[in-house]
Amino acid sequence: MASDKRLTAAQQEAIQAKKLKKLRRKKVDIDTVHVKKSKGKHINGSLGGDIAIFILLALLGIFMIFPLYYSIIQSFKPISELFVFPPKLYVISPTADNFSNLFKVAGNLWVPFSRYVFNSVFITIVITILHVFVCCCCAFCLSKCRFPGYGFFNQLIVTSLLFTSTATWIMQFVVMAKMGMINTYWALILPSVATPMGLYLMRQSMSTINDSIIDAAKVDGAGVFRTCWQVVIPNQKPAIATLIIFVFQGAWNVQGGALVYQEDLKTLPTIMSQIAASGIARQGIIYASAVVLMIPPLVIFLIAQSNVMETMANSGMKD
Amino acid sequence: MAKKEKTVVKPINTTSKRAYTWHLMKRNKACYIMMLPFFALFTIFTIVPVVMSFPLGLTSFNLVQFPRYIGLQNFYSLFVNDDIFLIAIRNTLIFAIFTGPFSYVLSFILAWLINEMNPFLKVFFTFVFYAPSMTPSAFVIWQLVFSGDAYGYLNSVLMDLGIINTAKQWLTDTTYMMTVVVIVQLWTSMGAGFLALRAGFQNIDTSLYEAGAIEGIQNRFQELFTITIPAMGPSLLFAAVLAISGAFTVGGVGASLCGLPSTNYAVHTIMNHAQDYGSIRYEMGYASAICMVLFAAMLITNHIIRKALSKFTD
Repeated sequence: MASDKRLTAAQQEAIQAKKLKKLRRKKVDIDTVHVKKSKGKHINGSLGGDIAIFILLALLGIFMIFPLYYSIIQSFKPISELFVFPPKLYVISPTADNFSNLFKVAGNLWVPFSRYVFNSVFITIVITILHVFVCCCCAFCLSKCRFPGYGFFNQLIVTSLLFTSTATWIMQFVVMAKMGMINTYWALILPSVATPMGLYLMRQSMSTINDSIIDAAKVDGAGVFRTCWQVVIPNQKPAIATLIIFVFQGAWNVQGGALVYQEDLKTLPTIMSQIAASGIARQGIIYASAVVLMIPPLVIFLIAQSNVMETMANSGMKD
Repeated sequence: MAKKEKTVVKPINTTSKRAYTWHLMKRNKACYIMMLPFFALFTIFTIVPVVMSFPLGLTSFNLVQFPRYIGLQNFYSLFVNDDIFLIAIRNTLIFAIFTGPFSYVLSFILAWLINEMNPFLKVFFTFVFYAPSMTPSAFVIWQLVFSGDAYGYLNSVLMDLGIINTAKQWLTDTTYMMTVVVIVQLWTSMGAGFLALRAGFQNIDTSLYEAGAIEGIQNRFQELFTITIPAMGPSLLFAAVLAISGAFTVGGVGASLCGLPSTNYAVHTIMNHAQDYGSIRYEMGYASAICMVLFAAMLITNHIIRKALSKFTD
């Protein structure tokens, strides 16, 4: 950019003329290029191609969405329709009985149902906020700062991505027991806050940011923290939205297992699977509880994804 | 930070390397403080358990008695005496080849095709393809589809059409099990890697495409190879790392469709083997040894893939 400015007006004009000449040679209609650009559409797309892609995606999409659709349909079926063969892909007389049964069972629990809802919502929100904050701070340093130990930390993250949890859960339990965290909220929250996957996702995304924008912030007197949160993070909305989707989904499905044994600390998925595990007569309830549990991650997904689409318009990353 | 910059230049040549490193560390104090929360939690909940579980591979440990040191005997019996482990290696490699590279390429192509759509359809299709990952137990549906009796959906459809005469045992007949599990595995594989690739596409500056159009790019494919792929190297690498760890740790889908252990160990993977010993037989020492072998294999593959992708990344 700096070198461009030093060009004289005549030189710039010459370059411009050269480019236009090139365009005319390739028979590109310059006006249409600009018109398409202003609509925010893909410049090199064609209508035929769009339709072909749409049909391909739609066909594959039916295959992908089928189980989701099927469990929603099943949850609205009355008991008489659930076991009909061949199974219908639609409901003849939709009913909310399964849901009302689910909440009837839930209402008779020893601990009030709202307690489980509170536990899940509280844990999920705390994990999501902490996770995004901690990972963004750390990812910025790992991707954009050069300090002693930089290579070591990066290598550590990539390596730990590959380690599987099957062999470590027992040791994790031992560590948490030693720290007196068992049977507290901390046991559910803290292990999910610092995951290498979230960090690596943010690090990879931040490394595409142009260094000049960070240097500019530095020259203007911003410290590392300020650069991270006021300059880099606003440009990282697609990655953060993706991170929130992952974290929220993971946190929402946390099942206490051996980590909490007190009834009023258990989460919603734990109690839902306990209700659903009580036999074939509850078939409808199983589908209903699956649908209820699916709703919050789904809402977060849709909110996060549709926000992503607006961000590129004001990215401020122009060089 | 800006103030300190002036004093930096002097001491470099006069002091030792260690003092210079120390000086750099002091200068980047803020970085270490920002990284502290993550690495404190990460050390407590990931590194310490992992490091503690390494020595377990050298012991015999049943969760009740104190671990007993038995040297390399676990590894010896793993490779020499354990026939099932060899089957598991073979199965894992087959799964890794099908689900790793294949699902990686597939999620890249799908993410790219979705990116060509208009904003509303982008959200819609991303949702549709990510849906299987959002419902953790969704692949139970496939159990109904591939059910072995005449009431299994696939069997009844095929029998109605007259393609087969008798019900096929999709989930217990060793000739079909592998194929069925690979299909379901591919279906669930549009997960984290896919979403990260979508975000990577989203992060590309649109002005690059405008510049490309002015420079004479004619169609979508040219655009893909000349602009898109080079611009999203880091996301590609992220998805690749996820694909590797996903491909080597397959087993969950097979275990829930065909049972653990499956018929004749036809879809038994290394991961299943570790689960078998860890959570069913409670031989934690042996399970840790299996996980260490798996970890070593993934480390080597990861190294190779990083070398191959390094030209796209910084």
